[in-house]
Amino acid sequence: MTGAWSIRGGTLIDAHGTRSGDVHVRDRRIVGADDMPASATEIDATDCLVSTGLVDLHAHLGEPGNEPAETIVSGSRAAVAGGFTTVVAMPDVMPCVDTAAVARHVDVLAGSALCHIEVAGAITVGRSGVHLAPLGELADAGVRYVTDCGTGVQNPLLFRRVLEYARPLGLLIGQAARSDELADNAHMHEGEWSSRLGLAGEPAEAEEIVVMRDVSLARLTRARVHFQTLSTAGAFAIVNAARRSGLAVSAEVSAAHISLADADLATYDTNRKVTPPLRSESDVNAACNSLLAGAIDAIVTDHTPCTRDRKERPFDQADPGTIGLETALGVALTRLDDPAAAFRALSWRPAELLGLGSPKERSLMPGSPADIVVVDPNQNVRVAAATMHSLARNSAFEGMELRGQVRATLVAGDPKVRDGQVMK
Amino acid sequence: MNHLLSIDDLTGDDIREVLRITPSFAEVAQRRIAKVPALRGQTVALLFYEDSTRTRLSFEVAAKRLSADTLNVSVSSSSVNKGESLRDTAETIEAMGIDAVVVRHRSSGVPLQLTRWLDAAVLNAGDGWHQHPTQALIDCHTLHQQLGDLSGSRIAIVGDIKHSRVARSNVAAFTKLGASVVLVAPPTLLPAAVSTWPVTVETNMDAAMASVDAVYLLRMQRERQNSAFVPDLREYAIRYGMTSARAALVGPDVPILHPGPMNRGVEIAAAVPDLDQVVVIDQVRNGVAVRMAVLFLLLGSGPPPELPIASDPSSEAATSATST
Repeated sequence: MTGAWSIRGGTLIDAHGTRSGDVHVRDRRIVGADDMPASATEIDATDCLVSTGLVDLHAHLGEPGNEPAETIVSGSRAAVAGGFTTVVAMPDVMPCVDTAAVARHVDVLAGSALCHIEVAGAITVGRSGVHLAPLGELADAGVRYVTDCGTGVQNPLLFRRVLEYARPLGLLIGQAARSDELADNAHMHEGEWSSRLGLAGEPAEAEEIVVMRDVSLARLTRARVHFQTLSTAGAFAIVNAARRSGLAVSAEVSAAHISLADADLATYDTNRKVTPPLRSESDVNAACNSLLAGAIDAIVTDHTPCTRDRKERPFDQADPGTIGLETALGVALTRLDDPAAAFRALSWRPAELLGLGSPKERSLMPGSPADIVVVDPNQNVRVAAATMHSLARNSAFEGMELRGQVRATLVAGDPKVRDGQVMK
Repeated sequence: MNHLLSIDDLTGDDIREVLRITPSFAEVAQRRIAKVPALRGQTVALLFYEDSTRTRLSFEVAAKRLSADTLNVSVSSSSVNKGESLRDTAETIEAMGIDAVVVRHRSSGVPLQLTRWLDAAVLNAGDGWHQHPTQALIDCHTLHQQLGDLSGSRIAIVGDIKHSRVARSNVAAFTKLGASVVLVAPPTLLPAAVSTWPVTVETNMDAAMASVDAVYLLRMQRERQNSAFVPDLREYAIRYGMTSARAALVGPDVPILHPGPMNRGVEIAAAVPDLDQVVVIDQVRNGVAVRMAVLFLLLGSGPPPELPIASDPSSEAATSATST
């Protein structure tokens, strides 16, 4: 039902700046007012912010393999409800996306999704960090992004080979930077709270030494490296310094890491057990400041659906992860006192990293694809996982009051959310 | 107080109240019929996911002396692995109409997590590296017997602080009673953020022993030598063990405590437990009375048993009459 839509009366935010205006959509693209038919349907955006659709570089959608927790379709409903029009599906499904055949299979499943799904591939076979996955074949199958997610690539020689081999393929290489040996099977950030709660702690340095190492490898190989879900002030500073020295490094932070700290684990809430662990208050503030300064490129959801039984366990035995597609925008608008910085980190900068178009090409100007989000920033929402579209209920943000309610989400010119309701 | 999860939840006055009423419960043990009806009709479940015969027996005797029914929920050690649902366990217990659950678990936080799904009172009998509050109350009581008011006294806790729920509980309890605590350990066995704790740290055992009013030795797990926390137990015993020479250094009036069971030859030299100043047996003996006091405070109503009860035979007769 792609038709003609006029989004009227909102405040437009994209890479061209912030201004008042209308956005006109016809045949999947944004067009000028003169190109609209008289039959266009109006979407009232009075008092709302209108921006390019959100792009999540990091979501686990459960399918294939963990369908009781989430499917691609249910995850995509959560995505559009949260303002996302493109979601990168992580490769840690069953079977792992380490061949073109599996990538194509996930692509077929994604055909039923309510938003664009970008299938990410694994860097190594089975994400086991030993043999390279067929990166060229994955790229030929349309994969833009490869990562071993969770585990990261621990072996520096192997990671060097990855960066060199993938350079001509145009792939974005994601790295979950963490030294497993230094982290030593910990369950939370090492600091005052781990000492108090009696939980094994992972020092910030477990992340930082691998970021340092991989910045060195980026220098050696002249390749692009994207750091996934960084969490420490030290890591933000290392990436920022590397970028200033001219290296092609980028970084993301999860919504949990800009809003929750280790002190929030005082009640052993397993829904707040995430990877990397929630860090100290000063790390959380550093993350927000780095986003405002543009030193961190993207906010991701790291949407990780878990069934109830995986969470209702002792803290050290519970699976890590929080769902996040329906809360990331609210967290960003709440924590960053600058909507343009929030949308930059949630929309046009991650789109650029993924190769979906430069911020000026993928904007609200005529000619751009009609992936659009309309959000009312003055409406506060109290998080209640029981009312979410995700099949899973493990939200670290349960009970928090977040700023902003998504009023409309258009995916390729088609409203998947209107008046705050996901279309059937 | 609905639960006893952590010493952090108690004030100094709460701890003093436990110490104040404990002697009247200790007296019950001396009676011909070592039992009072304080918790008659109530059921206490003992949920031990981790073996601890001493602690379990101590709680069971305490509950029985208060006339509570006790229920041992046996959790076989083979099923204490990954994948247990705490909520299923809690809902099962709840369905049986239990009044209190005494829980021991190898994972930190489990007693607190159980309170989400249980209306019953939860007593923490030791969770992971986190807390062992009744042990700390017992140790406060034992030290109180030895030293009187702990305010201003200086207590050394020696050994594997990092992995010790006893250390976490006792640091909180001793400092809430006004004592100052010095932790004695190699840096590898101290918690990461020890600088945020209300303690001083000494890595040299002999220096620490020069001026203390009590010494608390922690059990040293043999596995620690396999993960580079210490080179080996021999070196640990030399540098941090309570040798006869160190016992002489601290002086014969300084009580030496240990939560048990002791590794003789590691944290405590073979001959030292026989010294009069070692009060480990007092700690065990006090265990039942302190746990009676705690169960009474959580579940009981009315005043604690009168002290001494023998002075009022009519009340005992009345109690017997109503109970038959």
